[in-house]
Amino acid sequence: MHILTNYQHHTNDNSPINIDIVNLSVYYGKFRALAEINLQVHEKQITAIIGPSGCGKSTLLRSFNRMNDLTPSAHTEGEIRLDGQDINATGIDVVDIRRRIGMVFQRPNPFPKSIYDNVAYGPRLYGVHRRSDLDGIVENSLRQAALWDEIKDKLHQSGLSISGGQQQRLCIARALAVEPDVILMDEPASALDPISTLRIEELMHDLVKNYTIIIVTHNMQQAARVSDYTAMMMIDEQRAGNIIEYGKTDVIFTNPKDKRTEDYVTGRFG
Amino acid sequence: MTHFKELITRNLSARSRRRKATNAIILSLTGLVTLLALIPLFWIVGYVILRGGRSINPALFTQLPRPMGVEGGGVLHAIEGTLIITILAASFAIPPGVLAAFYATRNPNTPLGIILRFSTDVLSGVPSIVIGLFAYAVMVKPMGHYSGLAGGVALAILMLPTIIRTTEEMLKLVPQNLREGSLALGAPEWKTSMSVLLPAAANGVITGFLLAIARAAGETAPLLFTALGNERFDVGMILRSGVQAGQSVWQIIGRIVNQPVDSLPLTLWKYAQQPFPERVEQSWAVAFVLIFFVLLINIAARLWIESRKRRLQG
Repeated sequence: MHILTNYQHHTNDNSPINIDIVNLSVYYGKFRALAEINLQVHEKQITAIIGPSGCGKSTLLRSFNRMNDLTPSAHTEGEIRLDGQDINATGIDVVDIRRRIGMVFQRPNPFPKSIYDNVAYGPRLYGVHRRSDLDGIVENSLRQAALWDEIKDKLHQSGLSISGGQQQRLCIARALAVEPDVILMDEPASALDPISTLRIEELMHDLVKNYTIIIVTHNMQQAARVSDYTAMMMIDEQRAGNIIEYGKTDVIFTNPKDKRTEDYVTGRFG
Repeated sequence: MTHFKELITRNLSARSRRRKATNAIILSLTGLVTLLALIPLFWIVGYVILRGGRSINPALFTQLPRPMGVEGGGVLHAIEGTLIITILAASFAIPPGVLAAFYATRNPNTPLGIILRFSTDVLSGVPSIVIGLFAYAVMVKPMGHYSGLAGGVALAILMLPTIIRTTEEMLKLVPQNLREGSLALGAPEWKTSMSVLLPAAANGVITGFLLAIARAAGETAPLLFTALGNERFDVGMILRSGVQAGQSVWQIIGRIVNQPVDSLPLTLWKYAQQPFPERVEQSWAVAFVLIFFVLLINIAARLWIESRKRRLQG
């Protein structure tokens, strides 16, 4: 298949499990949005979550850094083990979870601050205040986000003054600045033009050498191009989200076991 | 052409003519009424400029009042008083107002949130003289004397609902994903509110502050029972004597806010009813100064917001 091309990097079957989800169910009030999810996310690999609208992809993604806590009616059953430790266990600090698991949103959301202050926001939260330290972190994060060369002369301009694609890479740099292990991306390119999208995808390919990436995407080609593993989600009869198939991306896209996965990835529905 | 089509098209052109005529009538009516509504505005401003402009002179801004019936003198005491009372009021009302607005935006449907919304509505409808009477009871009575401080408290209560409501509305307009972006970095809710949401809403919030301040600066009734008025109020003298006596900054500030003080609207009200023509003239001049004081606040706000917009959009 021609869409399985350029930067599929070498998937390592032996790469350790970074996040292990065991029987995860998420409820909004009485409504069960996710039912008995089991998923093993491999370290330093890109895992794509695909599926039709409303199947719970974002809910699942937002479980990883406990963003669902912000919805008062939401509650979670089952376990999400980050390096063996359940992130919902009592005594676990949500701040620590969110430092270790960064997030990039669908729409670029730079803060109304300078580019520098956007990137330095996270480190400052964690007590880094020395100018020289911050300078280093800011440059390093922007370099990792492939943005440094474009904006190194305007670090003190507003984060809103740059293009949408640059804003999204700024948001990635901002997430990288607190040294996370995992980066969650919720349709990170869906609000961007094709060229900016390509740059984000190239960037993901570079970042996965050092970070575990989980991406929700509606774009089948994107999932095929960038990810190593793909989880296919679907809603069941009770309208709760399930993972119906999970495996290596090339297998999911070329030789799916489930008929529904095949229909979806070939564009017959969804 | 069928019979029906003919009927319909004939009616159409008749309708069209009628519609255009109605449109013209309504348009000219609304225009006329708009003009009518503008008349008092221009009349008031124009008249105040004409009458007050005549008595504007440097002494008005630099000198204290002369005894009644004596020509000359100024209203420096009232200008100082207005500044003091408004600064006090703003610093009493803005911090709790902003915090309450944060609470209301985050918890709109909790009992406290509902009570807060309801009471700001009620408070904004309370006549300002009642607020003055309240400040008299809780400040002036226990302290045993009138003071600028009591006036500041009265105006702060008056400003509070405006500040809470506008800040709340502006915070609601901040996109939800900015908040999530900050929380996803591990920032606590208060930090997110103070360093992301508030700056994002700053333009509207500051405009709200200034509107509230401008409104409070023009109030007379709440000051009648609180600041009272004081023609011998002289900040310069308090400063000089304070420095000579080696008093600390806080002691001096204490002396400034602890005595009865005049404000521009209060002076206007008192001067206008005095039987001395030069005082009546001065009250027109005070009206003129008051209008420009409020205008200045508005212009400063616009300039500030424009420059901020340019900085943010690059």
